[in-house]
Amino acid sequence: MPLKLPIYMDNHATTPMDPRVLEAMLPYFTEHFGNAASRSHKFGWTAEEAVNYAREQVATLIGADKPEEIVFTSGASESDNLAIKGVAEFYRDKGNHIITTKIEHKAVLDTCKRLEKQGYEVTYLDVGVEGVVSIDDVRAAMTDKTILVSVMLANNEVGTIQPIKAIGALCKERGVIFHCDAVQGIGKTEFNVSEMGVDLASITAHKIYGPKGIGALYVRRARPRVRLTAQIDGGGHERGNRSGTLNVPGIVGFGKACEILTKEWRDEAKRLKTLRDRLKNQLFAELDECHINGAWDDARRLPNNLNVSFSYVEGEGLMMAIKDVAVSSGSACTSSSLEPSYVLRALGVEEELAHTSIRFGLGRFTTEEEVDFVARLVIDKVKKLRDLSPLYEMAKEGVNLKDIVWAAH
Amino acid sequence: MAYSEKVIEHAENPRNVGTLDKEDPNVGTGLVGAPACGDVMRLQIKVSDDGVIQDAKFKTFGCGSAIASSSLATEWLKGRTLDEASAIRNTDIVKELNLPPVKIHCSVLAEDAIKSAIEDFRKKQSAKREAQG
Repeated sequence: MPLKLPIYMDNHATTPMDPRVLEAMLPYFTEHFGNAASRSHKFGWTAEEAVNYAREQVATLIGADKPEEIVFTSGASESDNLAIKGVAEFYRDKGNHIITTKIEHKAVLDTCKRLEKQGYEVTYLDVGVEGVVSIDDVRAAMTDKTILVSVMLANNEVGTIQPIKAIGALCKERGVIFHCDAVQGIGKTEFNVSEMGVDLASITAHKIYGPKGIGALYVRRARPRVRLTAQIDGGGHERGNRSGTLNVPGIVGFGKACEILTKEWRDEAKRLKTLRDRLKNQLFAELDECHINGAWDDARRLPNNLNVSFSYVEGEGLMMAIKDVAVSSGSACTSSSLEPSYVLRALGVEEELAHTSIRFGLGRFTTEEEVDFVARLVIDKVKKLRDLSPLYEMAKEGVNLKDIVWAAH
Repeated sequence: MAYSEKVIEHAENPRNVGTLDKEDPNVGTGLVGAPACGDVMRLQIKVSDDGVIQDAKFKTFGCGSAIASSSLATEWLKGRTLDEASAIRNTDIVKELNLPPVKIHCSVLAEDAIKSAIEDFRKKQSAKREAQG
């Protein structure tokens, strides 16, 4: 089969929907269109039944004790907001201190920043060059005012996996609520709220081959029972945790996506790792001066992530040169702020290298042919752009680029 | 962000990529930008004894717009006198390449590179004259 262009290799941003998911959703747009909150007729009951079934599918994937612990939201940003603001507000009398890391998603970091303005104190932990938070740092940051720890399962840029189980155990020991933004890791690495001592977990459908606009917050109901102050008021849906008419087709699709992962994720993770390693090996065999950003062992990195800096080649320039391939870059030029990636900076990646980083995110529909095509294209274009790079020429001539006084602009 | 066709064309087929001998007294070299900022341009001109730019070469580390800006600059430089070259403004580059506001700094860098190359050439020439005394 001929290769279809462009090739999608940006599965950390979003994923295409699995056709099985779409199929499950379709009847809920037309035939079964009822409002799940309508208690007085068949249309409502059918919708409610579908929602409850999906709740079980989601609960099963993450190892929740009860389906009622799943609160549907519009996506992980809302889930993060609800978890952090909801806990901060509800437990205000108990304390005002929150611990998180410098590499969380903006939905966590900006929520924390807002709370700081309201008088809360937030500790943003370093993650070191490997991009993994240390359990000792979490422990050391805890005070008698700490009410919440929020640490992601896996990072969206460098794919590093955080020590969730250890943090969960520590939080239990100290009686602190533990929120985990599990968006990127779910279905790619082990995640079980019961075994890992997670009290709140944010997940979203569109990163796991489901539809956009639907996510969930897992809220533990026993040992301990976690309480939240709702952030959206209204009809009292989702046991008062999140008002708003339920997105029934979205929820059905989300459930189906979770069911598929429950069955298939381990095999899928193995396949992704094989493909990802194939890509990495080809690139590194032909190109010098490539640097992996973040930890590279299987226990601490998602199997589908490759984040690499191609020294002396600016990331956006490379992306333009490989325009038949969809990837993303930590380069400043790709962001509206013209600041390089805050995640790479938190890892201590020098700005020079941050500008040259490319993130490859493989997914369920990535093929070996695509990997080989991408590797070849990237190798050719990096070489071409290095021929065009004054920095590469100078480095090859033995000039130490750090000795030059550059005029920052 | 979508690039203009002209940016894509220059980035895919950059003109005048290369290196001139920076020790040559008739060559002026401008190296501007910074790796930490994500763009560095090196622009070189070779000037005839009657003050006309005979050749121009560049190498650029940067995004597509930075590469296109410097590629265009080398095209414009050839055949111009130094005074004519000095008159090139970043706004001319912005206009020619349809650069969006967020990429204007690429054109500024190209203008700086031109100025810096001319200055380097002039310094070399006055040093040469002094040496000849």
